[in-house]
Amino acid sequence: MGAIHKVTVPKWGLSMREGKVSGWLKQVGAPVTQGEELVEIESDKIVGSVDATAGGVLRRQLGKELDVVPVGGLLGVIADADVPEAEIDTAIADFLANFSIEAAAAGETGPQPEKVAVGGGRLRYLVRGEGDDAVILIHGFGGDLKVWLFNHEALAGQRRVYAIDLPGHGESTKDVGAGTLDDLASAVAGFMNAVGLDSAHLVGHSLGGAVALKLAVLQSRRVRSLALVASAGLGPEIDAGYIEGFVTAANRNALKPHAVRLFADTSLVTRQMIDDLLKFKRLEGVDACLRALSGQMLADGRQATNLRDELARLGQPVLVVWGGEDQIIPVSHAAGLPSSVQVAVISGKGHMVMMEAASEVNRRLNEFWLGLEQ
Amino acid sequence: MARKITYRQAISEALAQEMARDPTVIVMGEDNAGGMGSPGEKDAWGGVLGVTKGLYHKFPGRVLDTPISESAFIGAAIGAAACGMRPVAELMFVDFLGVCFDQIYNQAAKFKYMFGGKAKTPVVIRTMIGAGFRAAAQHSQCLYNIFAHVPGLKVVVPSTPYDAKGLLIQSIRDNDPVIFCEHKLLYPLEGDVPEESYIVPFGEAGIVREGDDVTVVALGRMVHLAVQAADALRKKGTHCEIIDPRTISPLDEDTILESVEKTGRLVVVDESNPRCSMASDIAGIVAQKAFRALKSPIEQVTAPHTPVPFSDVLEDMYIPSPAKIEAAVDRACEYR
Repeated sequence: MGAIHKVTVPKWGLSMREGKVSGWLKQVGAPVTQGEELVEIESDKIVGSVDATAGGVLRRQLGKELDVVPVGGLLGVIADADVPEAEIDTAIADFLANFSIEAAAAGETGPQPEKVAVGGGRLRYLVRGEGDDAVILIHGFGGDLKVWLFNHEALAGQRRVYAIDLPGHGESTKDVGAGTLDDLASAVAGFMNAVGLDSAHLVGHSLGGAVALKLAVLQSRRVRSLALVASAGLGPEIDAGYIEGFVTAANRNALKPHAVRLFADTSLVTRQMIDDLLKFKRLEGVDACLRALSGQMLADGRQATNLRDELARLGQPVLVVWGGEDQIIPVSHAAGLPSSVQVAVISGKGHMVMMEAASEVNRRLNEFWLGLEQ
Repeated sequence: MARKITYRQAISEALAQEMARDPTVIVMGEDNAGGMGSPGEKDAWGGVLGVTKGLYHKFPGRVLDTPISESAFIGAAIGAAACGMRPVAELMFVDFLGVCFDQIYNQAAKFKYMFGGKAKTPVVIRTMIGAGFRAAAQHSQCLYNIFAHVPGLKVVVPSTPYDAKGLLIQSIRDNDPVIFCEHKLLYPLEGDVPEESYIVPFGEAGIVREGDDVTVVALGRMVHLAVQAADALRKKGTHCEIIDPRTISPLDEDTILESVEKTGRLVVVDESNPRCSMASDIAGIVAQKAFRALKSPIEQVTAPHTPVPFSDVLEDMYIPSPAKIEAAVDRACEYR
């Protein structure tokens, strides 16, 4: 008898209770491979895709388009082609008989973010997974650890993966000092000291990429590998209008035209996402932090720091990932890098490529780290 | 995820953070410190429902107990504001504001205008509103509409712990007199509230839920009843967009109008009496400015034009309910 695999509604963030089926990407009867995107789900905050939990054939779609399904609820069933229909029906009946919304919501709260003292302040982080290998996910300008919502769990299968809030971001202390890359890199090093990490694989998005790269330059032995996602610091071009617009926008209507530039598919920018960004921007101290950081990042509308030449000098393995439609930092920065650098350009995706093409970015990262072990 | 605290704690935290930040912020009111004839050192009550409890010892000399003379201490707060302080006066129940109306609408509201912009009056009057507390006709009203009528006053009606903290901080920093209306039944409500200080600007409505079929504008506690109604309606395939104005003066007309332009239907939910009210005001604005977008008559769900009854049964009937909101949405949706 072949195995029957269930596909359920994931929990993206603590507040998610249910998801709406926005569309199936695979039809019943279609062969699927593990990790392939099956169905798009919309929470009140975000739209993301749910991947195949195993290879086989998609045998059932339980959630139809626009259906609202609770977290943990059954979306679909994957099984080999030779598994009889009756066995699948029994498995579904068993699942539904044992499923309780309350238990699913309570049981899946998952790991909670913690805070740790670093320098004069506190940094918030969320750790998932076990293993000797440690990974640190570093978000970009104006982001926080939630930008890795679709990646964190998928990357934590074999490793201990930390997602952090940089100083001035998320729930970390709203103080970035002068806001230089050195300041941010030493905050990451301080975080590693605080949680007892001698070295780690770093994944940095946008400004976080430049921070990771800077740390590799300053404290090389602590960085085992670098994955730079739509990274700053690899060339002079940047949409300075986005940075300035993000900093100065004081309400929804002012912020939205800037936020949509982060994504190739602008429908991903929900009202809730805009509201959450505004709530962050309105916290005491955030405005000063963002202004300090953007002041250090930009010079005459271009990136002030170019670490591209450092890449060739680094001993560590480097993976560079970019969305082909990035409107903030051009994908051309992924070209012409030293031959030792692995490059993955994902076409049709924007600056938030790890959200827009989560499955592919997760696969690239996991393969990159697996390759290092061999 | 931010930590969860109650609406009551959010208000208390806003007061504490602003008192720590600005030495001119003081708190005054009946039983704010000692209460019950104590000399003021006991911090026993922290106001009638305990909102200011704990502040007395944290900020010595800056939490003042007042006599039961609203006209005296509201006048004192307004005078102190005109002289450079930022007082937050707690006037227990909005029903009692009647005894100090001259201070509020003829003095505080007029100083800036009558002194050619040279005077400012940064006073906040915190007060409780709302029925459902079994406290009868003189302790249960939703009288915010009266203040929205007066130019020079700003009127705030927060519905969540997050909004309560951010709006109170904005109220304290604002240079105009603010009437800050706290619904008594919301004090135990929990919600995500950042530990840091932050503001929620005046005149910016919150979009509580997005939907394409009907715009539901609701205030204060009514927001939560509208959400319950919208949950039930969603199961029937009707998607409500719920808008919480948060401040009724200034009023964010744009967000309401943009929503009605999208949905073509409007239901306004207001716990106060129906005549000359926020419900009729918003209905009037939409009827004038978004008339062509409307597919159905505007529905209003309000209390009746009567005092709040003391009988439990009648009080429950008096307050707008999720079922009444649902029925109003259904009526609006009968028009295609």
